[in-house]
Amino acid sequence: MELLTNLEMGFATALSLSNLFYCLIGVLLGTAIGVLPGLGPTATIAMLLPVTFNLPPVAALIMLAGIYYGSQYGGSTTAILVNLPGEASSVVTSLDGYQMARNGQAGKALAAAALGSFFAGTVATILIAMFAPPLAEIALKFGPSEYFSLMVLGLVVAVVLAHGSLLHAVGMVILGLLLGLIGTDVNSGIQRYTFDVPQLADGLNFVVIAMGMFGLGEIISNVQTEGERSVMVKKVTGLMPTKEDLKRIAAPVLRGTALGSMLGILPGSGSILGAFAAYSLEKRISKNRAQFGKGAIEGVAAPESANNAGAQTSFIPMLTLGIPSNPVMALMIGAMILQGIQPGPSVITEQPQLFWGIIASMWVGNFFLVILNLPMIGLWVKMILVPYPLLYPAILVFCCIGAFSLNNSEFDVYMIAIFGALGYIFAKLKCEPAPMLLGFILGPLMEEYLRRALVLSRGDASVFITRPISGSMLLIAVAAIAFVLAPSVRRRRDEALQE
Amino acid sequence: MKTGIRNPSDFWSGLIYIAFGVVVVTEAHDYGMGTALRMGPGYFPTVLGGILTLIGIIAIVRSFRIDGEPIGRLNLRSMALIAGPIALFALLLQTAGFLIAMPVLIFGSAYASPQFNLLRTALLALGLTAACYFIFLKGLGIPMPLLGSWFGN
Repeated sequence: MELLTNLEMGFATALSLSNLFYCLIGVLLGTAIGVLPGLGPTATIAMLLPVTFNLPPVAALIMLAGIYYGSQYGGSTTAILVNLPGEASSVVTSLDGYQMARNGQAGKALAAAALGSFFAGTVATILIAMFAPPLAEIALKFGPSEYFSLMVLGLVVAVVLAHGSLLHAVGMVILGLLLGLIGTDVNSGIQRYTFDVPQLADGLNFVVIAMGMFGLGEIISNVQTEGERSVMVKKVTGLMPTKEDLKRIAAPVLRGTALGSMLGILPGSGSILGAFAAYSLEKRISKNRAQFGKGAIEGVAAPESANNAGAQTSFIPMLTLGIPSNPVMALMIGAMILQGIQPGPSVITEQPQLFWGIIASMWVGNFFLVILNLPMIGLWVKMILVPYPLLYPAILVFCCIGAFSLNNSEFDVYMIAIFGALGYIFAKLKCEPAPMLLGFILGPLMEEYLRRALVLSRGDASVFITRPISGSMLLIAVAAIAFVLAPSVRRRRDEALQE
Repeated sequence: MKTGIRNPSDFWSGLIYIAFGVVVVTEAHDYGMGTALRMGPGYFPTVLGGILTLIGIIAIVRSFRIDGEPIGRLNLRSMALIAGPIALFALLLQTAGFLIAMPVLIFGSAYASPQFNLLRTALLALGLTAACYFIFLKGLGIPMPLLGSWFGN
C-alpha cells in the first residue's frame, strides 16, 4: 500500500502543469535531436543539458529523463526509416525495421516499436517503484568501504561489457578517474593538475567532456563522408496496427521487456545488451523465424521493448546507490550534483517528491511518446532529411553556446574543442569514450570513499576484504575479470559484442 | 612473420596512456603522498597514474606481438576545421562579439564538408545567428556581447 501512496505523490508531482510541460518539452526536444542520424542519447543529452540548468531540480531531472526517452525513440525512428541507427542499441531495430520500411510497412514498424516501448516503459516504471526503495534501504547501511567496493564493481562490470579491447576499456576508465581529480582537493585544498589555470580550480565540467567526446568527436569522424540523405518512405501510413499484428508482437514484447529490465540494471551497456539478447532470443524461438532479417515485426517489437525497459531500469542503481550504470546515467548524476542534490540512497528519504516525481514522469513521458510521436512522424522525417552539411554547423553552434553558458566563460568552449579532437583521436584508436565518462564522474567519489574507509580502519586496507558486503562485491569483480579473461569466454564475448 | 608495429591501435593508445600516466605521477610527487591512514592528495593519483602507465606498457608490448586491425589515418583537415572554428569562436566572442564570432564558426566549420556551398552556408549563418540571438541572448539572457571590445564595448 505504501507503494500506492508513494506513486500517488509521484504522480501529483509529475502531473503538475509546469512539470508536465517540461516533460513534454524534454520528450519533444529529445526526439527531435535523437532522430538526427549519428547523434545518440549521450550526445543529445550533453547538448541539451545546459537548457535545464536554470530550472528547479525536479523539473530539470524530469526534462532530462524526457530527453533520454525521446532521443532513444528518435533513434529507433531513424533506424527504421533510413537504416542509420543513431546508437548501438538501435542497430538491432534497423535489421528488421528497415526491411519492413522497404516493404512499405514503415508505419507498422514504428507502431510496433512505440507500443512495445510503452509497454516496457510501464513495466519498468513499476519495477523501479517496487525495487528502488528496499535497495536504497540496504544502501543506507553502506559504509565508505562498501561504497568504494561497489564503485570498483560497477567500473569492472562496465569494462567487461564495453565494446572492443578490455585493456583499452580499463585504460579509458583510469583516464576518466584521473581527469575527475583535476581541481581543488577537498581535503587538503591543494590544487591538483590545474597547471595554474584558474578556471580549472573547480575541475573540468562533465558536460564539456561529454559534448566533446560524444558529440564533436562524432562530427569530426562523419564530416567527410556524410552528405545528402534519402528516406525510403516519404509518407508514413498504416500507423494503426491490426489485431493480428498485436497478437504477433504480444509475446515478443513480454519477453523483450523481461530481458531488457534485467540487463538494464547491469553497469556498462545495459540497454544495448538487452536489445541484442531479445533479438537473438526471438530469432531462435519465434514461429516466424524464417522472416527474421527480411522484415519480421517481432524483430522490431522485441528489441525495442528490451531497449526501453533497460533504459529505465538503469535508473535503479543511479537513484538508489548514486552509481551510474551508463554514460547517460553519469550525465544524470552530474546534473543532480549541479542542482545541489547529492545522489545516493538518501535521495529517496530526503527528497521523496523528487524521487517519486521522476519515476512517475517516466511513465508520463512514455505516454507522451506514444500519443504525440506517431502523429508527428512527418515532422521527424523532415528532420532526418536535413542535409548533413547544414546540420553539423548548427550542432556546433548549439554546443558552443551551451558550453559557454555553463559558467558564462569562453574557457569551456576551448575545452570542448580540445575534447572534440581527443574524442576523434580515441575513436580512431577504437577506445570507447563511455568508460571514461563513468570514470570521470566516479573519480572524486572513489577517492573520497577510499580515504574515509582507510581513516575508519586506521589505515588497514584489509577492511575492503573483511567487511562481508564489501568483500563479496570485490570478489564478484575479480570473478568477472577472471571470467572474461578465460580464453573460451573471451572468444564468445568478442562474437557477442561484435556489432 | 611481420615485424614492427602489428597493432597500431594498441601502440598509439599505449603511448597516450604512458604520457598521461607519467605526467600524473610526476605531478603527484609534489602533492604529498601521506600515509594509508591519512591519504595525502598525491596518493590516489599516484596509484592510478602507475596503473595507467603499466597498461600503456602492456599495450605497447602487445602491439609488437599480436596482430590488430589497421586503423584509418587521422584526418587532420577535418579535425582542424571543426575544432579550429570552435576555438576561434571562443577567441572572438569577447573581442569581436557574437555577431562576428557566430558567422566565423559557421563558415569555418561548414568548410570542412566536401559539399561546402557558399550561398547555402551564408543563408545558414544568417538564419542561425538571428535565431540564436533571439533564443539565447534575448530569450535566455546569456551574457554574450553583440559587438565586443574591439568596437569599444
